[in-house]
Amino acid sequence: MALINESFFSAEGLEKRLAGKKFWKVMMTEYWIPKDINFLWALGVVLATTFSILIISGIFLLMYYKPDTALAFDSVNYTIMQEVKFGWLFRHMHGVAASVVFLIIYIHMFTGIYYGSYKKGREMIWISGMLLFVTFSAEGFSGYMLPWGQMSYWAAAVITNLFAGGSLEAWGLVEWIRGGFTVGDATLTRFFMLHVFLIPLVIIGVIVLHFYTLRIPHVNNQDSDDIDYDAEAEKYLSGNKRESKVIPFWPVFLSKDFAVLGIFLIFYFYLVFFNYNFAMDPVNFDPANSMKTPAHIYPEWYFLWSYETLRGPFFDMLGMKAGDIGLIIFALAQVIFVVFPFLDKDPEVLPAHKRPKFFIWFWVMIIDLLVLSVYGKLPPTGANAWVGFFATGLFLLLWASLPFITKSDAKARGAL
Amino acid sequence: MRELKILGILVFFTGVLYWGVEPFAHSQMHKHVEPADFSFKDVDGLHGARGNAINGKELVTSNCTACHGLKVEGMPAPMDDASAAAAYGVTPPDLSTAGYLYDENYLAAFIKDPAKAALVAHKMVDGKTHPMPGYSWMQPQEIADIVAYLQSIAPKEMTNKEVFVDACQRCHGAKYGDFRFDGTKSSMAAKTPDANIKEYMGTVPPDLSQMIRSRGHEYLEEFINEPGKHLEGTAMPRVGLKKEAQEQVVSYLEEIGDSSKDKRAEYGPKFLGYLVIFALFAWLWKAKIWREVH
Amino acid sequence: MSNETNRRDFLGMSFAAVAAVGGVASLVGMKQAWDPLPSVLAAGFTTIDLAKAELKPGEPKTFKWRGKPIFVLEMTKEQIAEADKEGLPKEYHLNIGDKTYTVVIGICTHLGCIPAWKGVKWKCACHGGEFNPSGKQVFGPPPKPFVVPPFSVEGSVLTLGNTGPQSKAMIDARA
Repeated sequence: MALINESFFSAEGLEKRLAGKKFWKVMMTEYWIPKDINFLWALGVVLATTFSILIISGIFLLMYYKPDTALAFDSVNYTIMQEVKFGWLFRHMHGVAASVVFLIIYIHMFTGIYYGSYKKGREMIWISGMLLFVTFSAEGFSGYMLPWGQMSYWAAAVITNLFAGGSLEAWGLVEWIRGGFTVGDATLTRFFMLHVFLIPLVIIGVIVLHFYTLRIPHVNNQDSDDIDYDAEAEKYLSGNKRESKVIPFWPVFLSKDFAVLGIFLIFYFYLVFFNYNFAMDPVNFDPANSMKTPAHIYPEWYFLWSYETLRGPFFDMLGMKAGDIGLIIFALAQVIFVVFPFLDKDPEVLPAHKRPKFFIWFWVMIIDLLVLSVYGKLPPTGANAWVGFFATGLFLLLWASLPFITKSDAKARGAL
Repeated sequence: MRELKILGILVFFTGVLYWGVEPFAHSQMHKHVEPADFSFKDVDGLHGARGNAINGKELVTSNCTACHGLKVEGMPAPMDDASAAAAYGVTPPDLSTAGYLYDENYLAAFIKDPAKAALVAHKMVDGKTHPMPGYSWMQPQEIADIVAYLQSIAPKEMTNKEVFVDACQRCHGAKYGDFRFDGTKSSMAAKTPDANIKEYMGTVPPDLSQMIRSRGHEYLEEFINEPGKHLEGTAMPRVGLKKEAQEQVVSYLEEIGDSSKDKRAEYGPKFLGYLVIFALFAWLWKAKIWREVH
Repeated sequence: MSNETNRRDFLGMSFAAVAAVGGVASLVGMKQAWDPLPSVLAAGFTTIDLAKAELKPGEPKTFKWRGKPIFVLEMTKEQIAEADKEGLPKEYHLNIGDKTYTVVIGICTHLGCIPAWKGVKWKCACHGGEFNPSGKQVFGPPPKPFVVPPFSVEGSVLTLGNTGPQSKAMIDARA
């Protein structure tokens, strides 16, 4: 029987047509999350909020931005920043959010690594998450081109050059991407299309996938326990909230999210108003000039660690040119975290502090990424080049050793 | 407790990363320079001489007005901007405000040897000469008289924009001063046409509209006072601005380049105040809800 | 019964094939929409008439090609003698009639800054690299000489963008 007799204009009628109460239960009040979590679990919602800030501020920027090499710089730095009411605010919000979102992404990623939330059924969450990292990277790269400042132009020139594949000299591909021989108006307008329409669509799709793949194995918890969700949900619903190991998404999990969000927003808006140069590099306030290379070209901070792996090998070895080796490592670096679940040979899900060798691996990786980031910003001369070389080597070594480290921990525990 | 420990670790690593990538890296990329020196110690200045403005007027009228305008005395420049630029390479400034803008010792040194005082002697090679001849053949007292006269006719006050127009606009445009997207020509374009100034300087001086954001206060203060400190071998002359006048230039750059600065200062504390309240309420609500489940 | 199934399968597969052909054709069309525009490609060719360029021997002039600076230097007898002494072959330079030219992309092969001509050689302000009048790196971090752009020659007219035998010889001489 498909017909509904209750009136459209009644509460029961609307409920029958939209199944709102049922939807609310499934998505919110009976979507079970472990209780044993810390504030790091709130970062997913922090990311969703930051993404929303980017979309909303982006909508307002879109009203005044002109995607033309002759007009872009002034449309941003005169019209939006100085004429439009609150234009300066949503430009700053957009730039700072675009940078801060990566800080939260990295913390969110390493939380997942630490607690083992990428294996035994959670691989799809991890892979969709890494897909989000890649698409956000593309979104950030395309967005940075739009103000058409010196860094916009030169970063675009350097990175699109990489698609020639070093010794492969695939200049035809580079020209196809750019829509011309050099980064120019054609490049700007197509990256505008990507930034404003195509990549955000893809991101939204992958977010939906990320949430979908999360529901099935359920969110992880601090001790990486395997919880009997049906039993625990029973306890909760029957009134035994304190004994239950689970909490409902609404209102319990989200209430913690909002509290963490509150603190995050203070930090975020402090940066928006008072400390934004890290996200809005002064060099980009010089209009793009193809005939004048800036003294120092560097990407945004979140790309520095992989940028440094590009520069790390600075002399030819193993019969390959330095540039080619760096390019391969750089390309690898963008995606290597994807294979994490498959390199981890430990069959148990445990937090890193219960996996002694992995615990060390984890912190060495963090420190290595920090070193790569800082040296990615410094001029690659003298001693800096050597630090970059060894830090890149260590990065590769860490990945190569991961299967052995994890296997060793598991064996010591008797799990293998 | 554990959550505080986790937060502490996060803050520590984020802090280290921020420090390395921002203050530390930038200190490596930009070497430290001496702060601005408004005493112009190095110039061959007045050497304490006191000038007679009445004598000075005569000297200026007979020696300088062939090229320079003196609007305040009703004497416009002999050539319009474009013709002057074509003839000399750059439009000579009107001298009505020179006494307000420039340091007196610098002025004395400049009149005697323009290229030397302006620190552009290194550019006068291969037969190239400064468009303004030097007056070192004059008596030191005469130089002092000229400076005294320029000071006597100078205005008591100038707006930031007026300082910029007189001190900088001959070479630098500042289009955001009156920018329009509808194609209306800006009155803030450089007074010397691009072709002439490129010939004269070797390059077209950049528009200054966003210099306050791309360089910042500290850099601009050091740079305007002595361009060679930050840009070795630059064609930009040291113009000899007094401290107050230079500050006015930077203020003007801020007016046209970062006019929303005041609003940021106004709204920032308001937003943060609201968010503190928001966070407080969020935590209270969270505590109430979680009390039932712990 | 099986005849029906086979016909349905065959029809189904044929239909899928037809749809796939349409899909692939659409993708090819979309790829072509990304291609650089004919007008953009045409703008990628710059002509320089060396006879009319008012070049002073020993003083390079900078032209623009595809957004890049091109240094053109008509070499003086001394500069040519210097190049001979260094053992640089004749093909290292562009020889037209009795004149010898250096034609290179003026981008430092170290990290991409644009060097400035300082009387006798090009000096790069970024990290101190130096290039002699032939465009060869002689001091500092640059690992290679200036890159030679593709160009063809007709009389005294260079067309940057086409690879002609002279530019190929110059490129090979630097290999």
